[in-house]
Amino acid sequence: MSQLAIRGVGRTFDGVRGAAPTVALQPTTLDVATNDFITILGPSGCGKSTLLRIVAGLDSPTTGEVLLDGQRVSGPGADRGMVFQSYTLFPWLTVQENICFGLREKGMPAREQADIAARFIEEVGLKGFEGHHPKQLSGGMQQRVALARALANDPKILLLDEPFGALDNQTRALMQELLLSIWELHKKTVLFVTHDIDEAIFMANRCVVFSARPGRIKNELQIDLPYPRHYTVKTTARFSELKAQVTEDIRAESLKSVFAGG
Amino acid sequence: MKPLRPVAPGPRLALGLLFFVVFFALWAVATLGGFVSKTFLADPITMVHAGWNLLAEQGFAKDIGMTVWRVLGGFVLAAVIAVPLGVAMGAYKGVEAFFEPFVSFARYLPASAFIPLLILWAGIGEAQKLAVIFIGSFFQLVLMIAVSVGQTRRDLVEAAYTLGASDWGIVKRVLIPSSAPQVAETLRLVLGWAWTYVIVAELIGASNGIGHMITDSQALLATDQIIFGIITIGVIGLVSDLAFKRLNRSMFRWAAL
Repeated sequence: MSQLAIRGVGRTFDGVRGAAPTVALQPTTLDVATNDFITILGPSGCGKSTLLRIVAGLDSPTTGEVLLDGQRVSGPGADRGMVFQSYTLFPWLTVQENICFGLREKGMPAREQADIAARFIEEVGLKGFEGHHPKQLSGGMQQRVALARALANDPKILLLDEPFGALDNQTRALMQELLLSIWELHKKTVLFVTHDIDEAIFMANRCVVFSARPGRIKNELQIDLPYPRHYTVKTTARFSELKAQVTEDIRAESLKSVFAGG
Repeated sequence: MKPLRPVAPGPRLALGLLFFVVFFALWAVATLGGFVSKTFLADPITMVHAGWNLLAEQGFAKDIGMTVWRVLGGFVLAAVIAVPLGVAMGAYKGVEAFFEPFVSFARYLPASAFIPLLILWAGIGEAQKLAVIFIGSFFQLVLMIAVSVGQTRRDLVEAAYTLGASDWGIVKRVLIPSSAPQVAETLRLVLGWAWTYVIVAELIGASNGIGHMITDSQALLATDQIIFGIITIGVIGLVSDLAFKRLNRSMFRWAAL
């Protein structure tokens, strides 16, 4: 049974000063089951982030609707945790206080907040950094805190908008493994937007490929690699096969988007 | 010299002090060397004597106290109202649309031009002095605070929403803490301006205060006293500015990381 239902969701942005309106996302339908790890792969500007923002409730669809457990999404809420590409930790709060942000908003007693924070700090491997401020941390560490902050809220679904996009390759690979291990542990539903093919295949059980602007779902693949996945899976024949297939799909779209001037 | 390369604290302090030395040396040469008539400009030594005389014999310390109290009184009154209003304007665009045009207009009304009116309304007592400081600092504070709050990073606001923050939670837990260091800097800056208004307020219709002493000295052609008065203002300004800066830095350590 689908936990998240995206029904005919489209988004058109008004033209600026009389210009024609821009269709960022064509009506899109996608059903997400509990415990799914779905990656949304597409060239830049294809509307994949727009779709994620609509699911988060940070943007409203022009057409269609998003249902979470049958309830229509009308705004942002703690049931959908999000990690952004930009570093969005609150710079005036420590690591610990950042992770407790949502818990405090719920009015949870401080004692309980501290217990939960300690657990997630441990999970993302940041023990000893509780009292640090975000600016004292590297990019990878900041994103780990952001992940812990989203998870601490115990959301039904985790939305990730190219969270590792600004990290170097080595850090990015480690972060992917960390995220996978956390997902296997907590069995959260994950929607992960990326433009990195390896990343999309390595983590997902379903990979949704988007077309160039105006975005729509071009293809969907079941990634049948067994979990738990080790980074060595990237060198297997099956991985290469899937990668070849996705590359073919995405290449055609990237060409379109590049030669359309975008 | 390499552009933008920082200077070590020791040399920085030395350089800062050096200019004061140069300044006083030039002044001493011009006056003691006889290049400038004593009627127009007293020399540093006479100035120090006059200052001592003012403090010891003429109760100048009370004037200083009065002036400081007026600045602080007027400024605190302005800040107490301007900070909440500025935050409300920065956070809620409707509130901003309502107040902003008027505040932008009022900001350009020179506080000193209100003195005659204020004397008419409030007499020549303390209320009039406080009102001048208030008018001079209030509108500036409101606008600058509204801008600081309005410039809060949108992605932080969005992150807070996805963590379940309510609209009021956004104001209280994101907009206010993220703009707090800038608001504190604004307060420091405007406190400096308040000092210029108080002197103007005391030049007209005051019976005490540093500005009053300066006007009195003008009638006596006592340039030594006038200069001592001006330097006193400068020193108090410098000290209060440094104290404010230090307070801001210790309150908002994260902003300097």
